[in-house]
Amino acid sequence: MARVRYIEALSRALRDEMTADPKVVVFGEDVRQSLRRVTFNLATEFGEHRVIDTPLAEQAATGFVTGAALMGWRPVLEFQVPSLLYVAFDQVVNQAQKLSIMTGGQARVPVTYVFPGSGARLGLAGQHSDHPYAMLAQAGLKTVVPATPADAYALLRTAIRDDDPVAVFAPAALLGNREDLGDEVTPVPLGSGRIHRPGADVTLVAIGHLVPVALAVADDLAMAGVSVEVFDPRSIYPFDWDLLRASLAKTGRLVVADDTNKTCGMAAEIIATVAEGMRLRSAPRRVTRADVAVPFAPVLERAVLPDKEAIISAIRDVVGEAAAA
Amino acid sequence: MNAQQGTAGTGADPSALYRTVRTIRRFEETVEELTAANEIPGTVHLYIGEEAVAAGVCAALERDDLVTSTHRGHGHVIAKGAALGPMLAELMGRTNGLNRGRGGSMHVADLSLGVLGANGIVAGGIPFALGATWAAAQDGQTRVAATFFGDGGLAQGLLHECMNWAALWRLPVIFVCEDNGYAVSLPASASAAGSPVERARSYGIAAQEVDGMDAEQVYAAARSAADRARAGGGPSYLHMKTYRFRGHHLGEAVLKLAYRTSDEISRWQQRDPVAILAERIEPGQRAGIDADVEAAVKAAIEHARGGPLPDPLTATDYAYASGLRPRKGT
Repeated sequence: MARVRYIEALSRALRDEMTADPKVVVFGEDVRQSLRRVTFNLATEFGEHRVIDTPLAEQAATGFVTGAALMGWRPVLEFQVPSLLYVAFDQVVNQAQKLSIMTGGQARVPVTYVFPGSGARLGLAGQHSDHPYAMLAQAGLKTVVPATPADAYALLRTAIRDDDPVAVFAPAALLGNREDLGDEVTPVPLGSGRIHRPGADVTLVAIGHLVPVALAVADDLAMAGVSVEVFDPRSIYPFDWDLLRASLAKTGRLVVADDTNKTCGMAAEIIATVAEGMRLRSAPRRVTRADVAVPFAPVLERAVLPDKEAIISAIRDVVGEAAAA
Repeated sequence: MNAQQGTAGTGADPSALYRTVRTIRRFEETVEELTAANEIPGTVHLYIGEEAVAAGVCAALERDDLVTSTHRGHGHVIAKGAALGPMLAELMGRTNGLNRGRGGSMHVADLSLGVLGANGIVAGGIPFALGATWAAAQDGQTRVAATFFGDGGLAQGLLHECMNWAALWRLPVIFVCEDNGYAVSLPASASAAGSPVERARSYGIAAQEVDGMDAEQVYAAARSAADRARAGGGPSYLHMKTYRFRGHHLGEAVLKLAYRTSDEISRWQQRDPVAILAERIEPGQRAGIDADVEAAVKAAIEHARGGPLPDPLTATDYAYASGLRPRKGT
């Protein structure tokens, strides 16, 4: 199979699920024309009754797919801009997510929310640059941030098949990345992390588009004699704490790279959980966004986002003597 | 006596409507007592005074039709046919409740009857009605949804989104505004500008104002809305003029809110929806229904009190349909 781009992997996963299950249907804004390319050509292949443009009414659309899910359908809802989640927040975290427990298990809401192009993209400014996965995790919503085309393919299929609402964040910086998916992609369950590169001195947890950055950091630091283990949780909620524990048992040191705000971000949760129940040899560090809306000018945007240099600096702090060796 | 009291599918029969309004009234009076006695935790939003709306609308629905409800939802759920015992058990937080004690008054639901839940957020359940009726149509069924909201809901943007969308797609949805005069303490005149009926018509939605104290008039309006929906004529808007005889919730008496006068309450009580129907049926029949209702409510209390309280170890059960266990807080 040819090398496919991340966005094509999402599209292929959607196509394969729509083929496998006639109850899978996709809603969103401009999904028939496929402005975001996740639904590319699907309206032609499956018909407009399964690829459905909604009015620009994100609250209603989010509640609409909940209603369809309650009737046994498996809707996929694309948010053209990830920050539109905020417009629909009640319908996601206060309705869809809570219906199972509030109804004592009567309701199941197998909805998948897809956020293509999540995160900053140089110049989209304050309201189009957020990467809001951590707040969904805090609400207990199943949330994944795949870092590779193969994981994007596998996790979108897992999300669609799941009986609960699942949010799939596709980081903007990864959409053009290519990978050979092979003939068969191994399914990936929710809550399953991945060690992209084993190492001995420090565990670097990286989420989404920070995974390739972390791999570059590991390459650089290997030359300086620091062995970095790159841990990709893939699934933010549920989280693969067991795999992280095993990694830290080996390295004893932790840096978390997380492109959400520092306050109550995913890095905060990871470090808090580690501090409570795992052993570290040195104080952990996190590399996150500043607690601020992304400012417009590209030089300012870069200044508030986590980057390679900040991660290297954090690792040097954490590794201390080992780095100097 | 069948514990199912709902009117769904009973049509215009005044005795069936009377049975439902009487059942809701006696259920709500019982809830009031049990809340005061601390047998029902939290608070409740009583439907007393508004019973004709739920009874009349649900009488025009079929069993497979759908309902989305509000924070003041007991009447809708009962009228759609929920069994009183599991309903009351839910309000009391028992495992034999409709929602196994996980929902309570504001989230009581019976999906087997097409009741997609009461809802603690004003207008929050309305879009479910759109998606559910759309989904049923894709499955080759016409299932009509009645989506209830109050005059306070008229100020919510989500209602506008949903009326617009339902009209665009001609979805079989009946928008039922229960205008009881107040959004908590805010007069309806301060919630909605212009005429809500004219507003609905501007979307191309058939709309009318209805005497919401008279279940037969409610039924007639809902019947024509349901017929229109089933015939592919799209959504309707019914503006029910009604009144709640109690406070917004039971805590209101303690707060001594003074947004309406006792004269006003008395005036509306002259048009009690239970009394209006009672006068239209033969006294002997009425006495029989009253006795049935008393027995059903008594049985419901026994059923609810007999249900076990949930085991605290099960507090996170049902959080996920997939069975995922959430992390504990400690």
